[in-house]
Amino acid sequence: MSVYEFRRTVSPQAAAAWTPRQVLLTNLRAVGGRAYPRVHGLFREKSWVFFEVLLPFLSTSTFVFVYRALRAPPEYIGFVVLGGAMTAFWLNVIWMMASQLWWEKSQGNLELYFAAPMSIMSVLFGMALGGMVMSSTRAVIVLAVASLLYEVRFAIDQWLLLLAVFFLTLAALYGLGMMLASLFLVWGREAFQMSQLFTEPVYFVSGLNFPVARLGLLGALALATIPLAVGLDAMRQLAFIGANFPIGTPPPEVEALILVVMTVVFLVAARWMLRTLERRARREGRLSVRWQ
Amino acid sequence: MAIPATPTPSPTGPPAPPAIEARGLRRIYKVKPTPVVALEHVDLEVAPGEFFGLLGPNDAGKTTLIKILTTLLLPSEGTARIFGFDVSREETQIRRIMNMVAGGEQSGYGILTVREQLWMFSQFYGLSRSDGWRRVDELVDAVGMGAEREQRVSTLSTGQRQKMNIARGLLNDPWILFLDEPTLGLDVAAARQVRELVSAWKAAVLGRTVLLTTHYMAEADELCDRIAIVDHGRILAIGTPEELKRRVQRESIFRVELDHLDAGGAAALALLPGVLSVAPAAADGGPVDRQTVGLNLALAQDGILASVVGALGDLGSHIVALRKSEPSLEDVFVELVGRGFDDPDAAEASGPGGTAGAA
Ligand SMILES: Nc1ncnc2c1ncn2[C@@H]1O[C@H](COP(=O)(O)OP(=O)(O)OP(=O)(O)O)[C@@H](O)[C@H]1O
Ligand SMILES: [Mg+2]
Repeated sequence: MSVYEFRRTVSPQAAAAWTPRQVLLTNLRAVGGRAYPRVHGLFREKSWVFFEVLLPFLSTSTFVFVYRALRAPPEYIGFVVLGGAMTAFWLNVIWMMASQLWWEKSQGNLELYFAAPMSIMSVLFGMALGGMVMSSTRAVIVLAVASLLYEVRFAIDQWLLLLAVFFLTLAALYGLGMMLASLFLVWGREAFQMSQLFTEPVYFVSGLNFPVARLGLLGALALATIPLAVGLDAMRQLAFIGANFPIGTPPPEVEALILVVMTVVFLVAARWMLRTLERRARREGRLSVRWQ
Repeated sequence: MAIPATPTPSPTGPPAPPAIEARGLRRIYKVKPTPVVALEHVDLEVAPGEFFGLLGPNDAGKTTLIKILTTLLLPSEGTARIFGFDVSREETQIRRIMNMVAGGEQSGYGILTVREQLWMFSQFYGLSRSDGWRRVDELVDAVGMGAEREQRVSTLSTGQRQKMNIARGLLNDPWILFLDEPTLGLDVAAARQVRELVSAWKAAVLGRTVLLTTHYMAEADELCDRIAIVDHGRILAIGTPEELKRRVQRESIFRVELDHLDAGGAAALALLPGVLSVAPAAADGGPVDRQTVGLNLALAQDGILASVVGALGDLGSHIVALRKSEPSLEDVFVELVGRGFDDPDAAEASGPGGTAGAA
């Protein structure tokens, strides 16, 4: 065995015949492989502390001071902090996940990913996983510091449901991100402008900083389509029980179910889109940017 | 690797399919204003274990052919198979046994180190965590990047980056490796390193196949068992480098260096029977202010040389050097394509058989 001879296979035919176990393992490894640069690259660029923690912390603080000045119920301060923490994931999905495949294409990675013996879904899962780890650090810091500083009092009864809702929110969010990634790849630059256009309105209807129930029909629509809106609504209800005003509209159990449905829909849609996209790109010659 | 042991195909079994088999391949890009025909009726068969070269000028369709064979692009017409697997329908199988590296490739993530980036790719090719690291370390040494193993990818030079890319292409020990101008932009030493590595890797296991595209004649000549010369999406000729060169050698070309030649001497030689042409030869890399006179002689056959030597004696010229000049791939290319690599405009101006302003 030399450096030139690593995998010993009898023939190309034997090498191409993979067992289901091999297929599964390869895809799992691909998830880990793609998550790696995210997780390990995180602490290499020092600027992330500023962008990822300080800025969101400041914008959260602004709302805290506004609510204090308005003498809003104390729970509202808690909403703002919770919303501030969850923004980390939303920004990660809309800015990084969504544009990722487009960016990979311009880097020349996309065609290598397609030419590799794993599903592109695994690459997207890897990105999502890496993105979650990355954003979690930011979310935790914002949550911890802001809670201490602004004396947020959480009142939690159903811990398990709260945790479940949190993870379901992440699943639905990143499912959406995976779907957007394919869309962005097709639409290119216009998609960036779209996402820029939608960032603020989505913040608004997601009720990052106030209960979405206050928005009436618009709020209901947000609950039905935006994972962040449903997730936050449920988490608010679960983290601040006993408030003397109505916090959320549907009960958190129902919202958890909505999140499950969203996750499934987004993932199936992402998979379908990737397949369609690959077929179309192979037909039209658009998997790679031409540079040579 | 957990590759299941499969019984060795018996020698009496069905014959092994070709490594590459293309039939009537055509590829059109629907671009405005007029569609581009990048490949036009390409038939090609490459046997397992061959080192096959595609030689052609810009826009010949080399990359297009590689993209089709690597399952990244569908043919508009025709079929292609890699070790028997159809590129349009069995891409999953093909992707398990191939890899590809392109010159100037900027793949990966600048924030990672060389080792980390290679490991990441090893995970896409299905190596286990520990196998991946081991394989990466072996290959990093093999491509001579031991010193840069912990260096950030974003800080690599072109040559270092390309060596890393080659290492990536070998991570999964593919049965077929596609190299699209792999030495593009590399200096002589780095290019040689890349060529040696690929050759050694290929030689290690019987049946490993390489398809290489290149602009460099010498590279194709040195590496390839067989070469296809392509232009405007068509294969103009296929053969071993020797076969191709023999095609253009219809006459014997000799180059003589003389201490001097009187005026009219060349004309006298040209009149000898069997001498097809006499032309002054350009400086042969020697000092410009040389004291000798160089001539290129085209003879109907080698035997005519004797009478030329006799005639030169009569003219009072002494032969300083004499050698038979072998045609190069360059000559083959110029003859087939009708132009050299570096002067695409000349093709329009003079058409086939035009000036040979070769690179
Ligand atoms: N994705 C694409 N969309 C439209 N036209 C394309 C595309 N890719 C290639 N072409 C066209 O197809 C023709 C062949 O291109 P190709 O890249 O295959 O040539 P090549 O032989 O690799 O050239 P080079 O030596 O410059 O790399 C060119 O005319 C090119 O403009
Ligand atoms: Mg090319």
